[in-house]
Amino acid sequence: MKHRLYRWFISTLCVFALSAHAATPKDTFVMAKDISDIITLDPAEVFELTTGEIIANIYDRVMMFEPENLTELTGGVVESWSFSDDGKTILFTMRPGLTFHSGNPVTPEDVTYSLQRVVKLNKTPAFIITQFGWNADNVDELVKVVDDSKFSVTITEDFSPALVLNALSAGVASVVDKKLVMEHEQDGDLGYEWLKTNSAGSGAFALQTWKANELVSMTANENYRHGAPGMKRVIVRHVAEPSAQRLLIEKGDVDMARNLTPDQIKGVEGNADVVIDGYPKGTIVYMAANASHPILGNPKVVEALRYLVDYDGMANSFLAGQFVVHQAFWPSGLWAALDDKPYTYDVQKAKALLAEAGYGDGFKIRIDTLTNAPFPGLAQSIQATLAKAGIESEIVTAEGKTLWPIYRARKHEILLARWSPDYVDPHSNADAFAHNPDNREEAKLTGVLAWRNAWADDAANALAVKARNETDVAARKEQYLELQRMLQNIGPFVIMYQQNEQVARRTDVEGFVSGSNFVLVFYRNVTK
Amino acid sequence: MTDHNGQTAGTGRAPSPPNRLRALVGVFFTIVLTFVGLTAVTFVISRVMPVDPVLAIVGDRASQEVYDQVYLRLGLDQPIWVQYLRYINSLLHGDLGTSIMTGQTVMSDIARFFPATLELATVATLLGVFVGIPMGVVAAVNQGRWPDHVVRVVGLIGYSVPVFWLGLVALLVFYAKLGWTGGPGRVEVYFDGIVEPYTGVLLLDAALAGEWEVFRNAVSHLILPATLLGTFSLAYVARMTRSFMLDQLGQEYILTARVKGVSEFRVIWGHAFRNVLVQLITIIGLTYASLLEGSVLTETVFAWPGIGSYITRGLFNNDMNAVLGGTIVVGACFVGINMLSDVLYRLVDPRAR
Repeated sequence: MKHRLYRWFISTLCVFALSAHAATPKDTFVMAKDISDIITLDPAEVFELTTGEIIANIYDRVMMFEPENLTELTGGVVESWSFSDDGKTILFTMRPGLTFHSGNPVTPEDVTYSLQRVVKLNKTPAFIITQFGWNADNVDELVKVVDDSKFSVTITEDFSPALVLNALSAGVASVVDKKLVMEHEQDGDLGYEWLKTNSAGSGAFALQTWKANELVSMTANENYRHGAPGMKRVIVRHVAEPSAQRLLIEKGDVDMARNLTPDQIKGVEGNADVVIDGYPKGTIVYMAANASHPILGNPKVVEALRYLVDYDGMANSFLAGQFVVHQAFWPSGLWAALDDKPYTYDVQKAKALLAEAGYGDGFKIRIDTLTNAPFPGLAQSIQATLAKAGIESEIVTAEGKTLWPIYRARKHEILLARWSPDYVDPHSNADAFAHNPDNREEAKLTGVLAWRNAWADDAANALAVKARNETDVAARKEQYLELQRMLQNIGPFVIMYQQNEQVARRTDVEGFVSGSNFVLVFYRNVTK
Repeated sequence: MTDHNGQTAGTGRAPSPPNRLRALVGVFFTIVLTFVGLTAVTFVISRVMPVDPVLAIVGDRASQEVYDQVYLRLGLDQPIWVQYLRYINSLLHGDLGTSIMTGQTVMSDIARFFPATLELATVATLLGVFVGIPMGVVAAVNQGRWPDHVVRVVGLIGYSVPVFWLGLVALLVFYAKLGWTGGPGRVEVYFDGIVEPYTGVLLLDAALAGEWEVFRNAVSHLILPATLLGTFSLAYVARMTRSFMLDQLGQEYILTARVKGVSEFRVIWGHAFRNVLVQLITIIGLTYASLLEGSVLTETVFAWPGIGSYITRGLFNNDMNAVLGGTIVVGACFVGINMLSDVLYRLVDPRAR
C-alpha cells in the first residue's frame, strides 16, 4: 500500500513537472512586461508607452519610420507626397493594393476619416495634429479626399513641412478601417467605445485579444505590405513583478523580459541562454525648479543646482546601464540632438553661485518626486549633494496621480520627473520645455512644462517658434541646437539623464527592434 | 440572526411565523444598511483622496480643455451627494460603470477577475481546513509534547513569514530550480482562449470542456499560490482548533465520557470536536471571506489576475468605479458567507434550529 502511494505521488509530480517545462511555441513570440498602463487601444486616445508600442504594430500610419532604418522617415500607407507652393497643403498619394485586416481596401477615405476622427474626438494626444490649426469645425475642409488614390491635408499655421510629416508618423496618424469602425458606432461616438478594446488596422499584426492585467495577444497579418511577419503570434504577458519576469525568462517560459531591474540584469548575465540588449530611449529625466518660488526664481540658484547633481556618480552606481548622462531637452541619437554636457558635480562652484545669489547660507526646499524607480534613489542622492552646499531638502514621494495635480497647479518647489517625446521631431520637446507663450496663472497651459514651472523667456519663445516654422532643414537643425544650449543656461530645468532600456532576451530570439520612441518598437522581424 | 457563539438570539425555541418574518425583514435591512454604508464610505474616501480621477483618464500631459471636458463628463462639478446618488441610481440599474484602467464595464471585469480569486481562495481554504483542523486536534490532544510544538512552530511560521518573500522563494525553488510546478499566471499564455470561460473558474471550465492539457497546466500554476495562501489559513485554523479543543478537552463531560470507557477516538472526534465545530465554522468563514477579498501580494508575485490586485490597482489609479464595484463584491462575499455560516450552525447545532 505504501509503495503504491509513493508511486502515485511520484507520477503526479512528473505529470505537473512535464506541464511546467513547456517552452514557448516556435511560431509565437512571448514577452513579459508590466502592461498595467494600457487603458485603451483606440489610436485617437492612446498616449501610454505600452499601448503606443502595441498600436504601432497593429496600425500603419500616414508616415512611418521602419525597423530597417529608424532614422529615415518614409511613407506608411502613402507612397509619395508633394507640397503646394506656400508649403501649407500636402497632397498624398496612397500605396496601391493595401488592405486592412478585415479585407477592406485602405483608401484615402479611411485616412481622412482617421485624422478627422482624432480631431473630433479631441482626446489627450489630439493636440499633435490640432496644432496645425485643425478643429472639429474645419477639419473636414482641411483634410479631404482628392480622388480614389489621393488625399490632401492643409495646415493653417506656418509650420515646417518636416514637422508636419513627422507629426503624421505619431500614433494619432494611425489609419483605421472606416467601414469596420462605423459598423460599431454607438450614439455618434465614431466607434470610440468599440475601438477601445478592438482593432481595425492594416499593420503587421491584428489584435486577437486584450485582457487587462493579463495579456495582449496579436496574430500575424500574412498579407502585410512588407511580407508576413516572422512570428504567427505575439503575446505580451502582464507580469508586474520584475523578479517573476526574471524567473520566466531564465526558465524559457517567455522569450523576452522588458522590466528587469539593474540587479536582476546583473543576475541573468551569467545565464548562457539569455542576452541583455540595450536600446537608447527618448525618455529624459530632469529636475524642475518652480520659477514662481522666491528663491528658485533666481537664475543663479538654478545654475547652482546644475552643479549640485552627481551625474556620473549616479550613472555609475544605481542607474548603471539603465540611464546615461544627458543634459539637453532633445534625446541623444535623434536628429538635432545636442550632446554637450557642460555640467559636472562641483560643490565649490555651486556655493559661489549661491553666495552671488545671496543664499550663501543655503535654504530649505521640498523635493517632490515619483515613488517608482529610479526617482527615490535620485532624490536621495540629490538631497545629499544639495546638503553639501547648505541646502536642506525634504523629499516627498507620491504616485503620479497625486504628483501631477501638484505639478500642473504649479504648487511644487523642486520636482524630479521624466518626459518622453510625443513624436520624432524636436518641436515635440521644444514645445514642452522652451515654449511658453502665456505665463499667466489663468492661461492654464497645463500640458507645457515651462508653464508648469512659471518660466517664460521671450528669446526662447521666439527661437522655438522660428525653428518650428523653418523650412530649411540645416537651418532648422542649428536653431534647435541653439535653443537647447539656451535652455541649458537659462531654463528652469536641470536635465540629467536619458533612459537606456535594458531588455533580456532568449538567445534564439532575433530581430526585435526598439527605437527611441514608443512608435518605433517593432515585432514584425522577430524570428526564433 | 445569530449571536457571536452562533446561537439563536432569544429563548432558543424555534421562532413562530411572525417572528420568522420579522427576522427575515431584519436580515434584509441589515444587508441593505451594510451595502449603503459600504458604498457611502468608499465613495467619500474616493472623493477626499488627494488624487485626481480626471488625470487618471486623460494623463498628465492633457491640455486644460481636454481636462475640463472629462471633468464635466464625470460630473465632478456636482456636489458629492449628487454624485453619490447618481452612482447609487446606476447601481440599482445594474450598472457599475466603466473602469478607467481596463476600458471595460466593471461588471465584465469582475466577472473575469473574481472567479480567479474564487478558485485560488477555495483551494487554499480547503487546504487550510483539511490539514489545519487535524493538525489543531493533534496538537491539542498532545499538548506540551512534540506534535504540539511542531504545530505551533508551523503556525508561527505561517503567520510571521512575509508572503511576498515566501512566494518568491517558492517560485525560485519549485518552479525555476526543480521545475515541479508552473510559474506565474493562471495558465501558460499559449493556452489562452482554448477554453470557453463558462464559469470563469479555469479548472472547472477546462474540465467541462474536456481540455485536460489545459486543466493540468492550470493545476500546475495553481499549486504554489494556493499552497502559500493555504499555509496562512492553515496556520490560523490549526491554532484556533487547538485552542478550542483544549477548552473542550478540559470540560467535565469529556472526563465523564472517558470514565464511562468511551474510546479515545470517539471522545475526541465524537464529543469534543463536535462542540468546537460551531466556533470553527465562524473561523473558516472569516478566513474564506478574507481570502476572497484577494491577497494582493500573492496575486502580484504570481501574476494572478484576481480581484485583490484589481481593487488595489483601482485605488492607485483612482479608478473609483473599479474600487466601488470590487468593494461591493467583497461585501457581498462577507454577507453571503455570514448567511451560509448561519445555515451551517443550524445544521451542526440543534439549539440553533
